[in-house]
Amino acid sequence: MDLNNTKKSEEYSQNSQKLLEKFKVCVGDEVRIITSKEGFSGIILPRYETFSDKYIVLKLKSGYNIGIDINHIEKIEAIQINSSTNKLSPNPQIQNLSDMSNSISYQGISLQSTSSKQNRYIFDRIESKPHSKTLPRILLISTGGTIASKIDYRTGGVTSLLSASELYGAFPELENHGYIYPEFLLNEYSENITPDHWTIIAQRISQAVTKEHFDGIIISHGTDTLHYTSSALSFALKNIPIPVILVGSQRSSDRPSSDAFSNLVGAIRFIKDSKYSGIFVCMHHNTSDEVIACHLGTRVRKNHTSKRDAFKSLDSLPFALIDQKGEIKYNDILHKDLIKRKETLKNFAPRTTFDDKVFLLKFYPGLNPSFLEAFLNLDYKVIILEGTGLGHINKACFPIISKLINCGIFVFMTSQCIFGRVQMTVYDTGRDLLGLGVIPLSNMGPETAVVKAMWALHNSSGPSDFIRIMTVDYAYEMSTALPLVSLKSE
Amino acid sequence: MSLELDNLNVKVGFEIHQQLKTLSKLFCDCSSKGSDDEYDFHFIRVLRPTRSELGDFDRAALFEHAKMSSIKYYSKIGYSCLVEADEEPPHNVNRDGLETALLFSLALHSNIVDEIHVMRKLVIDGSNVSGFQRTMLVSTGGYLEVENFKNVGVQAICLEEDAAKLISTSSKQKEYGLDRLGIPLVEIALEPISGTPDEIVNVALTLGRLLRSSKKVTRGIGSIRQDVNISVNGGQVVEVKGVQQLTHLVKVLDYETKRQYGMIKIAEELKKRNIDDSLFGDKIVDVTHIFSKSHSNVIKKILKESDPVIQCIRFNRLRGLIGYEPVKGIRMGKELGEFVRFFGFGGLFHSDELPNYGITDDDIKSIEKLLDISSKDDSAFILIGGNKNKINNVIDPLINRIILFKEGVQAETRSVTNDGTTVFSRPRPGSSRMYPETDIMPIPIDAKIINNLKEKTPIAWNELIKRIMQKYGLNKKLSEQIFDSDYYDLFEIIVNSNSQTSVSSISPTFIASKLTEDIVSLSRNNLDKSLMTNEMIVDIFERLEKGLIAKESVILIFEKLMKNESKSVQEAIDSLNLTKMNDSEMYSILDKVFDENIKTIREKGDNSLGVLMGKSMAILRGKVDGSKISDYLKNKLEQFLKEGS
Repeated sequence: MDLNNTKKSEEYSQNSQKLLEKFKVCVGDEVRIITSKEGFSGIILPRYETFSDKYIVLKLKSGYNIGIDINHIEKIEAIQINSSTNKLSPNPQIQNLSDMSNSISYQGISLQSTSSKQNRYIFDRIESKPHSKTLPRILLISTGGTIASKIDYRTGGVTSLLSASELYGAFPELENHGYIYPEFLLNEYSENITPDHWTIIAQRISQAVTKEHFDGIIISHGTDTLHYTSSALSFALKNIPIPVILVGSQRSSDRPSSDAFSNLVGAIRFIKDSKYSGIFVCMHHNTSDEVIACHLGTRVRKNHTSKRDAFKSLDSLPFALIDQKGEIKYNDILHKDLIKRKETLKNFAPRTTFDDKVFLLKFYPGLNPSFLEAFLNLDYKVIILEGTGLGHINKACFPIISKLINCGIFVFMTSQCIFGRVQMTVYDTGRDLLGLGVIPLSNMGPETAVVKAMWALHNSSGPSDFIRIMTVDYAYEMSTALPLVSLKSE
Repeated sequence: MSLELDNLNVKVGFEIHQQLKTLSKLFCDCSSKGSDDEYDFHFIRVLRPTRSELGDFDRAALFEHAKMSSIKYYSKIGYSCLVEADEEPPHNVNRDGLETALLFSLALHSNIVDEIHVMRKLVIDGSNVSGFQRTMLVSTGGYLEVENFKNVGVQAICLEEDAAKLISTSSKQKEYGLDRLGIPLVEIALEPISGTPDEIVNVALTLGRLLRSSKKVTRGIGSIRQDVNISVNGGQVVEVKGVQQLTHLVKVLDYETKRQYGMIKIAEELKKRNIDDSLFGDKIVDVTHIFSKSHSNVIKKILKESDPVIQCIRFNRLRGLIGYEPVKGIRMGKELGEFVRFFGFGGLFHSDELPNYGITDDDIKSIEKLLDISSKDDSAFILIGGNKNKINNVIDPLINRIILFKEGVQAETRSVTNDGTTVFSRPRPGSSRMYPETDIMPIPIDAKIINNLKEKTPIAWNELIKRIMQKYGLNKKLSEQIFDSDYYDLFEIIVNSNSQTSVSSISPTFIASKLTEDIVSLSRNNLDKSLMTNEMIVDIFERLEKGLIAKESVILIFEKLMKNESKSVQEAIDSLNLTKMNDSEMYSILDKVFDENIKTIREKGDNSLGVLMGKSMAILRGKVDGSKISDYLKNKLEQFLKEGS
């Protein structure tokens, strides 16, 4: 999409494109468009491919965009042909370093061999800054989703700020909190993240931990599947000696009200002032910009489509709450002794691979049992059931579940209640399912269970080892005692 | 005005923001009525400016950010939701609101755009939770027909969301109510015009009437806001925000013309002196120690702030100019005082006004010594004190502002004070601070949509007045008055609720005159009509309808409420002792009055009715209808005289 070289308006299709070609103008040019009624001066903007091709979008001097019906256009005069290096994207949200992403292929990437490549996407580190002992060195890995944006008012386009100098320029206060080393690793919407991406992220972290001596790592990540990634990293990077914190923003970083910056600062403060290590998620605790909640990577879930405080710890208070003054309050119920920051890399043995042959099946009234027959011919090794209540499914499903287990497919039970533990000995249905060989997973969330199964499949020595790993608490994904307190944020 | 003032070629451009009467808000389904009730939830946010392409923050945005720490928003269920709290993407544009904006475009012969794009306009004073206001350009060009005047060109018509309601502001926090945020507004910008103040007021009036005749706009206080752009002799444009009343408009025009003329005069004087302004502020000294024992109240107050300093800035060859008053009440010193208020200071002192305010000759001598100002020297100085950090932020902008006086009128945004003068509020925002609202798809407006609307174009104002006269039996003047007032909707509600109960004892003319003449005359005496809510007014007329109070009581209750002496209608009635008297009580009082004045009656005969009325009303005012008293007395008098003769 380099407009300088091609001089084409690829964003316009068919009719509108023909018109632009007729008048020898293209996206980015300053023009005057004469219609049957009046004239408009402005800059031609790109248009989403999916929108009707009947209109040309013009940004007027006043800043407003309007669409002009091509059938009303009598003439387009070029005022100034765009010669700047500004690239205009029809989708401002995904313009982020589009040329960068082409140069990095992630499929099957093995990071041991990419140390030379690495320099291509770690840029603009602030090495010149004097290092103070009190301020932490933090690696900020971008995987998609943005912490800071800038707006090009000429075109109305939004781009991400990724380099250190841009980040410090946008948020001068950062200098008070830590030295940030931004790095671009992936550029994916979070719904496009796969277990392969988890591996890439885990391997990059593991490399940074063992060789680059950071005090902490922050991962910026789209929010939709952020909690899957945090679970994956929790299993892959057990006993990590430093804190790794995933942050996202629910409200886009181009808006002055974005939650991105306060989530980032919360994460930095946690790295700076807490003495704990492990995988965490830092997001708003409630709708105000005052308190940032720090959740354990395996206990957190996105519970709202758009609100800032969408992320909640399941069956637990957040691990810590960080207020605006930087004060950190810890949740005493959790076994925080276990995750004190470590001095050495002893015990840190990353296992960063996953096997995606795991299916998450949500039971609902009316689910046709014959559908489950399909699993006999599919390649899945594990089914995580999201049952009702204490861990139930309709008895009509029993025969096929039994058949699947006998064929060697592992069937686990979690609850769609999200909060609370699976207790399959209370009712007949649960006891019957246990009898068939369905394995209960305590209060592990369904999403966490899927991720754990993917990880355990690839990192166990055989079926019994796999079941053992699945049923013991490995990274705080299961709780022994559930707190009898209100878990609602105020 | 002097001849010179008349020759200034004052140009006035109106930008009218009119709230629309839609059921729900522009981008969500909450009520667009606004709420006076208590809020039930609040939250706190911080806004940060977003960077533009060149790394520049929007000038006005940055100004706002420098002033602010956090913002507290109040919300009420039904009046705001996740959309206002910026916790959810906007819903689709309200179709009624869009239709009304299109109707106004048609009525003003403005060209509707083929496809409307919703934009985000950065506003980070906190009045928009997201940090931007959503706005869309609906049409461009067109004209307004004005009776006895030329047609006035239309620049643009936009549909946008109203901002949140400012509840309070302090140096640490601003507070806003979200009930107003998101109410649809139509913004109509007219081409700048010149004319007599009356002509200019008439233009605003005509536009307002056109909008109101659509019956699709909200009436009442705050529902229409006028920004007025004023420039003289083609100089920089000053935007005066929030001119709510047309009566204010004349005062604002008068004041701004004077002020801008004053600015030109000050600039001329500065140029005459040929001062090297690069030397302005060449010496800045900390003079806090000089004032450690000062008796000046202002200084004492400054020294009580945290980490206080008093800085003194030297301005070479400026003596006499800071206090120079080319027009009465217009001085550089005054402008600078307003300017520093923006940075959180109460004001400043300058050498042209000292000694005064408890600052002594000795103080001045000490300062001049520190600044190397000799008595022969014509250097001036400015003294400003407060918290150290705050002082550091203000000194450079202050010196720059003084240098800019050489250029005359500055492009800035000013606000209106209660007495119709204007004060500096902020620099004018950059023109381009917009980017697309990507959450909403563009809206195509085709010929079919427009043709369907053509039948709904608002009827002309004159025609509307005629209909009001016919329907309610009002005379022309009263019809115009009630229609132009804030109470037309309320008038219709009261009249119609009357006819429903079919007791219709109150005439529309009576209601209209109470809602116009009475309220206007009370307002003229500086009583505050906003203290009397629509609910209160309806309550008063309901009591009148039921015969619980007399017609004469209405204005007395209005007065109590508008003076804030009573908080409710009942309270006003109780404190005025207006509970209506039953007839037999009234007759016995009237009989008594009659008997007491029998001598006068015998002397004056028919002519004594006036005396009797006066004495009776003094006792019975507000408790019974005057007409009842007069009927009774008239009868009694007639009978008495007949019998007596």
